[in-house]
Amino acid sequence: MDLTYTPEQEAFRKEARAWLEANVPAEPLPSFDIKEGFEAHCEWEKKLNAGGFAMVPWPVEYGGRGADLLEWLIFEEEYYRAGAPGRVNQNGIFLLGPTIMEYGTPEQRTRFLPRIASSEEVWAQGWSEPNAGSDMANIQTMAIRDGDDYVINGQKTWASRGAYAHWLFGLFRTDPESSRHKGLTFILARLDTPGITVRPIEKINGKRAFAEVFFDDARVPVANQLGKEGEGWSVAMATAGFERGLMLRSPARFQNTARKLVSLYRETVAAGGFVDGAVRDTVARCWMDAEAYALNTYQTVSKLMAGAKIGAEASLNKIFWSELDILMHETALNLLDVRAELLPGSPAAGDVGDWLDGYIFALAGPIYAGTNEIQRNIIAERLLGLPRK
Amino acid sequence: MDFDFSEDQRLLQETVKDFLEGECTAEYVRGLWDTQTGRSPEFWAKLAEIGVPGLMVPEQAGGLGMDERDLVLVLEETGRYALAEPVIGTVAVAVPLLVGLAESGERKLAESWLGRIAAGEAIVAVGHDRSPLVSDAHIADLLLLPHGDEIHAVDPGEVGLTAQRSNDQSRRLFAVDWAPSDRTRVASGQAGRKLVDAAFDRGVLACAAQQLGVGCQLIDMGALYATQRKQFGVAIGSFQAVKHRLANAKVQVEYARSLVYRAAHSVARALPTRAVDVSMAKAAAGEAATSAGKESLQVHGAIGYTYEQDLHVWMKRAWSLDLSYGTGAWHRARVADAVLDGRLPAESFGFVPPGA
Ligand SMILES: Cc1cc2nc3c(=O)[nH]c(=O)nc-3n(C[C@H](O)[C@H](O)[C@H](O)COP(=O)(O)OP(=O)(O)OC[C@H]3O[C@@H](n4cnc5c(N)ncnc54)[C@H](O)[C@@H]3O)c2cc1C
Repeated sequence: MDLTYTPEQEAFRKEARAWLEANVPAEPLPSFDIKEGFEAHCEWEKKLNAGGFAMVPWPVEYGGRGADLLEWLIFEEEYYRAGAPGRVNQNGIFLLGPTIMEYGTPEQRTRFLPRIASSEEVWAQGWSEPNAGSDMANIQTMAIRDGDDYVINGQKTWASRGAYAHWLFGLFRTDPESSRHKGLTFILARLDTPGITVRPIEKINGKRAFAEVFFDDARVPVANQLGKEGEGWSVAMATAGFERGLMLRSPARFQNTARKLVSLYRETVAAGGFVDGAVRDTVARCWMDAEAYALNTYQTVSKLMAGAKIGAEASLNKIFWSELDILMHETALNLLDVRAELLPGSPAAGDVGDWLDGYIFALAGPIYAGTNEIQRNIIAERLLGLPRK
Repeated sequence: MDFDFSEDQRLLQETVKDFLEGECTAEYVRGLWDTQTGRSPEFWAKLAEIGVPGLMVPEQAGGLGMDERDLVLVLEETGRYALAEPVIGTVAVAVPLLVGLAESGERKLAESWLGRIAAGEAIVAVGHDRSPLVSDAHIADLLLLPHGDEIHAVDPGEVGLTAQRSNDQSRRLFAVDWAPSDRTRVASGQAGRKLVDAAFDRGVLACAAQQLGVGCQLIDMGALYATQRKQFGVAIGSFQAVKHRLANAKVQVEYARSLVYRAAHSVARALPTRAVDVSMAKAAAGEAATSAGKESLQVHGAIGYTYEQDLHVWMKRAWSLDLSYGTGAWHRARVADAVLDGRLPAESFGFVPPGA
């Protein structure tokens, strides 16, 4: 155990910092849940990719720089430090990319990975259906083979960034006789395929954050299946592992929020605002939890680099960051007092920052990527050995 | 950068675990409650055979020359098995304090004790500023007591001890009636302050490490019981309300673990953030262990509420450790002082803030 960075790691940090300082947009981009913001974020991703920083842990041939996971963490730290834009193609870079590297054919890797890295192709995830939420094995959208194509019929829903994305990956039932986890196949579909209709859904703040996707005899080449036919469930579990586990929510995100919360606390005290011991204690707790999350991630990365795998432990992660995110934003809104409800730009709002929007987003954390109830079931059954039934 | 333990460190942990699993059963722990001292010299001698007391004693003094990064895993196991012997005072705090005293000029004193500690022949009890009471003073061969910025090495034969009665029957706490003198003073001024502070932070870390083991044991007991006990024709562990309680406790313990291991590194390296790092560890591990106790009790139902069942052995240890070396609330306040008011150095791990 040695918690100090090597000179190479420090040098990489410097390089990333210098590039980010020179290139991060001075003004925050508009939300990627509106068309204009989506496009601005795609432009940013292209720039990031041109600078060689889109996906540092990927192999060089796919647009990465072959960095190890520690360097990825360092990059993320610098990314949040620089206040750089959210990753519009997070489904592609953090979830699908690693899955293609594990399960894709060589052709699929060269076809998809570089365009993920450049965000020339932005991805939506298509797991959920009206009758398959937590019970994902109840997926009913059919993909029936016809020659070199799958003919798809059915409906996906809640696809984040689906309103503007170019592609969708997800699970489809390729064996009509099958049920539950069997007979599912992991398929990649272009969203402009004839027979596919995307209908945006507004989330509680009115932004088009996700979409329903309807399939009506949509033909998708069989070559776009990832992994073997009928084995989609295990491919999807790998993707879900990436999501809950390491990549989706890097620690720097929460450490950065904790820092902002501490600043807000200090400003509130300096301005003579209402602050009681309970708020003070909670701010300290938020800081601690953000630290614990960062340290836990470093532990996980150290284990992965030593050759270990993460399994059900990813569920611990998902609960921890999602609850922490809510606590931090809730505490910030407490500190903002009556201004907490004012939208940025409202005349009396002053500098309310994006706490309210962040809070609304944080509230979804315990729902998406597998609800926290489902994660608790996984922890109890797989880590603590409690009976399923 | 490597935040993992070496194979040797894991091996040491396994050795201690295997030993305690065989020797330090709940029955054994409870058996000691009714003895006069509540401690066993024979057991201590066995611990010395596997090197525990001398873990951090320098090799030239007959120890293993390790540091807190090795010790932390051992302490975790002593918590898991509710060991009552004075590992916190003697092994985690007194040994490095004596090493520090040697460096600040008390070589003779240190040399005369370190070898004996490693050999399992001496127990040292230490005091600290967060409590007027001293643990295990009744079996100590030497008392190291702070007095402001000073440290005093006191002969237990020259003090008055008043035994207390703790809710945790394994605890042996004493009020010590003593008077500091020139004769007993072994450190003072700046050097003394540094040693007092470091000793306190080591005690904090040690309690936090034990709490990890206590918390895990409480969860494991709950999980085991939940797979065996049937109601409504099924194992109660199949009920989600039961599952989710234990899952929540597991989340808390695992994230406390990260803070505790980091604190061990900060102490071993004497980092400027040491005080805040041990405080975060203690606050989190204490809360994790005490809430694991509550969840496990609920999962056990009435049987867990009985004196006969062993659950309360660990519940009470979780409480008593939470009160040792500063309560959770006290440590969180110290974190707040550091992070919010800048009164102590605090840094976020890896993340360098803008402007820094
Ligand atoms: C912001 C956001 C973004 C999303 N993005 C995507 C996306 O990009 N792609 C995608 O496919 N999906 C996405 N989702 C959907 C998400 O994956 C589902 O909402 C989630 O899996 C839960 O399914 P559900 O909403 O149907 O709720 P349900 O499954 O109906 O659950 C409702 C409630 O019942 C509880 N519950 C259900 N089953 C159990 C059980 N066995 N034990 C205990 N409690 C249970 C749940 O925990 C929850 O509290 C997104 C959701 C949100 C909010």
